[in-house]
Amino acid sequence: MLKRVHFEPSILPFLLVAPQIVITVVFFIWPASQALYQSVLVEDAFGLSTEFVYFDNFIELAGDEHYLGAFSRTALFSFLVAFLAMAFALILAVMADRVIKGGTTYRTLLIWPYAVAPVVAGALWVFMFDPTLGLITYALTGLGVDWNHKLNGPQAMTLVIIAAAWKQVAYNFLFFLAGMQAIPKSLIEAAAIDGAGPARRFWTIVFPLISPTTFFLLVINIVYAFFETFGIVHAVTQGGPAKATEILVYKVYNDGFIGLDLGGSAAQSVILMLIVITLTVIQFRYIEKKVEY
Amino acid sequence: MARVTVNGVQKVYPNGFKAIHGVDIDIADGEFVVLVGPSGCGKSTLLRMVAGLERVTDGTISIDGKVINDLEPAERDIAMVFQNYALYPHMSVYNNMAYGLKIRGLSKAEIEDRVKKASAILELNEDLLIRSPRQLSGGQRQRVAMGRAIVREPSVFLFDEPLSNLDAKLRVQMRLEIKKLQERLGITSIYVTHDQVEAMTLGHRLMVLNEGRVEQLGTPIELYERPASIFVAGFIGSPAMNFMDAKVGSDSRSIDLPGGERLPLNGTGAEAGRPVTLGIRPEHLERASGQEGVAHLNVDLIEHLGADSLVHGHFGNDRTDLTVRVQGTLNMGPGDTFDFSVAPDHLHLFDPQSGARIA
Repeated sequence: MLKRVHFEPSILPFLLVAPQIVITVVFFIWPASQALYQSVLVEDAFGLSTEFVYFDNFIELAGDEHYLGAFSRTALFSFLVAFLAMAFALILAVMADRVIKGGTTYRTLLIWPYAVAPVVAGALWVFMFDPTLGLITYALTGLGVDWNHKLNGPQAMTLVIIAAAWKQVAYNFLFFLAGMQAIPKSLIEAAAIDGAGPARRFWTIVFPLISPTTFFLLVINIVYAFFETFGIVHAVTQGGPAKATEILVYKVYNDGFIGLDLGGSAAQSVILMLIVITLTVIQFRYIEKKVEY
Repeated sequence: MARVTVNGVQKVYPNGFKAIHGVDIDIADGEFVVLVGPSGCGKSTLLRMVAGLERVTDGTISIDGKVINDLEPAERDIAMVFQNYALYPHMSVYNNMAYGLKIRGLSKAEIEDRVKKASAILELNEDLLIRSPRQLSGGQRQRVAMGRAIVREPSVFLFDEPLSNLDAKLRVQMRLEIKKLQERLGITSIYVTHDQVEAMTLGHRLMVLNEGRVEQLGTPIELYERPASIFVAGFIGSPAMNFMDAKVGSDSRSIDLPGGERLPLNGTGAEAGRPVTLGIRPEHLERASGQEGVAHLNVDLIEHLGADSLVHGHFGNDRTDLTVRVQGTLNMGPGDTFDFSVAPDHLHLFDPQSGARIA
């Protein structure tokens, strides 16, 4: 018979996991359940009365063109942020991979943006693109572009996308670089001897081999663009002009805390929660089982 | 079909380290040359310069008279087999072999024809071709790596320690196959290894490198019978040659060992009384009976290999260590002694300072 290792009952293991559990309960389970609860209620603007309305909040959202607009805006926004952040990071990583002298300095400099808080990052871009004071605005005027993201919706969207992507480049860069450096050098050399030039080597050897990294980053970047860009939007445009940059997370805040439609806002955050759960499941299913070469 | 000429080639790394101090070799068409030496001797660097993966600091490398120093690896008409095989992990075996051909723009039919031919030569089954490299055994990967080189039909094959990742048995088998293959295809080959047995069995000629310098270039038998330096003498042959300090006798026809023993020497012209390093291969020491013996060997340890035995012991007043190889098994143990002798032809004399062979 197998002998079971027997531990004396002790309070220690409970104490050791307690901080993690407390944090999860206080900062996740509790707010999440509150959101679920709120999403089936309607509250008057003064908070004096609440009414249980089943799924009315969700039904209303499904027919709300502002909400659907925010949805497609968010889809475009996250696609562009993820694409730009990954494309630039990949280009930078390819170059960093080739740098021989001063490589460490170059890499360190590239990682810095990641350490900048979202609001600060937003503020930086606001200054540079300020319609009256901005350096870049001045340069653009010289080129004949009339830049005013406070009035022009597409320009505002462009600015938010650039700011959000810029912040994520550093993170993607790190992962791409690590992925590339894990590829044995002899593979690249073998391809060179086989007659492939640098571009061809990249697309036929390097790119397929870092595809697990690329897929992982794609999920991470979409999650980032969906949920972590609130600070940037808030600092740069506050969702304006005329809701042109109002993405889903920002609308949750706007409707809930500015518009005081707590039920509708909660319903929106429940939908966001479902999206993030889906993305996480995708990530676990495919990333954890990613093809190991 | 190509002649490879290496002329005064040097390699200095940007940090000032000089990896190769001027190498010259003329490799004939169809010849199999092995570069051999301990790790860090520059043999791989030399090969990689021929491949175009490292820049040549000084000197020229040419294939069929055409200087290739500044050509890209792809333009040199070479194929290389890497130590870790460097198979593309995301491609099937077939695509691994076809990759270089696709880049060269060959037609689908031609590619298929060549891959089929190469896999037939290497005895790779059809059903292996659709597998990915990680589903193959070490030996199969090795074959695919060779196949990738063969399909290209290059003028020069380069091998960078291709067998060192295989287990001992497979290594011997693949060694034979590489030898047969090279003879059959008749393609000029340069092979890098640190294994002297591999070098001896494969190469038409061997180049022994040590710290970026050529110690000796010659056929395996030349290297074995007349090593040019202590380094080559110690490197070629297994178990390694015995070395001891000695002195040329006053009549120049004998060698005085430090313990007072005397070995007869054929007329070598070595100056009388000069100190030398004496080298004797373990297989050239013989058990002697009666008066012919030179000295008593005190046995310390015997390694039984079956076909022969290696006797490790010491002799003389200053207990010089010696390894003797005897046929068959030896019924002796530590503490026993026996007499040994050596034929004068099998004595190698080297200069103790420079390490160079004397006469």
